[in-house]
Amino acid sequence: MAKQVCYEDVEAGTEITPLAKIATTRMLVQWAGASGDFNPLHYDDDFAKAMGVGAPIVHGALKRAWLGQLMTDWIGEEGKLKKLSCQYRGMDYPRRMKTMEEPRDGETWWCKGKVTKKYEQGGEHLVECEIWVENGKGEKTTPGSALVALPTRKRK
Amino acid sequence: MAEGSLITDELRKLIGVTLDTIVFKVEEGAIQRYAQAIGDPNPLFNDPDFASKTKYGRLLAPPGFTGWPVKSGRPTERLFASLVRVGAPARILDGGVEFEFIEPIGAGDVLTATTKIAKVAERETSLGKTMFTTAEVTFVNQKGNVVLKSWATIIQF
Repeated sequence: MAKQVCYEDVEAGTEITPLAKIATTRMLVQWAGASGDFNPLHYDDDFAKAMGVGAPIVHGALKRAWLGQLMTDWIGEEGKLKKLSCQYRGMDYPRRMKTMEEPRDGETWWCKGKVTKKYEQGGEHLVECEIWVENGKGEKTTPGSALVALPTRKRK
Repeated sequence: MAEGSLITDELRKLIGVTLDTIVFKVEEGAIQRYAQAIGDPNPLFNDPDFASKTKYGRLLAPPGFTGWPVKSGRPTERLFASLVRVGAPARILDGGVEFEFIEPIGAGDVLTATTKIAKVAERETSLGKTMFTTAEVTFVNQKGNVVLKSWATIIQF
């Protein structure tokens, strides 16, 4: 695991270590089972067309979960995720499969973020972050924000 | 009710009313399958032996996981059914979510989720006349502590 990030290590503008993800039709099926969201919008071509989105789309909640991983990876075991929010603004379309395991060539998504503010409150060292998922074109399809408490090197 | 509004008087009456209470068991295997579906190898969410030796003492649920089927899953589906019954449009999209994490959630926890409609709004979007409903869900654990609050936006058009 990466070295523990501390309150003293970050300032407004500090970049959160980016996380790459490739959404595939296989991954959406796995997500449907693991989350219990069986909406055919995410696996049935005809249904997705009838719903007006063209083709099956990536679950918003999966992109939200990616952003959760972005934050928990970054804050490490000693950090505490206090708030996380995101909006599902743009549709994302998964890569289709070439083999049982391997996706076709296509888009890679990046979860990214940066610190916007840090402050101490109620004995906690809090850091606000702007976070987002961007598609292969660099468009932020899933913008959001997070609030974390980080450990400090200062002695109490 | 305004001319052509999607928000019926009957729907307005549902705002602030507790619609549903559901009990979730947070199972170890369900946590592991959820972490695998995210593609998150964090041992806190995957390895019970590792996690039991941390301050959390048990396999921890990734943020937003409250047991299978997931959080907004059941409560939101039932909420959606209630909305359609009172005249809201049947085409639905997930608009986004906000979580406030108060205490850790982990394997073995039993959570009681209570859902209510916090807010309803409508505006014209690229989808046409569109309704935005904010569903507030409060999760209380087996010790009676509030561990998580969430606000999900449901888009109907």
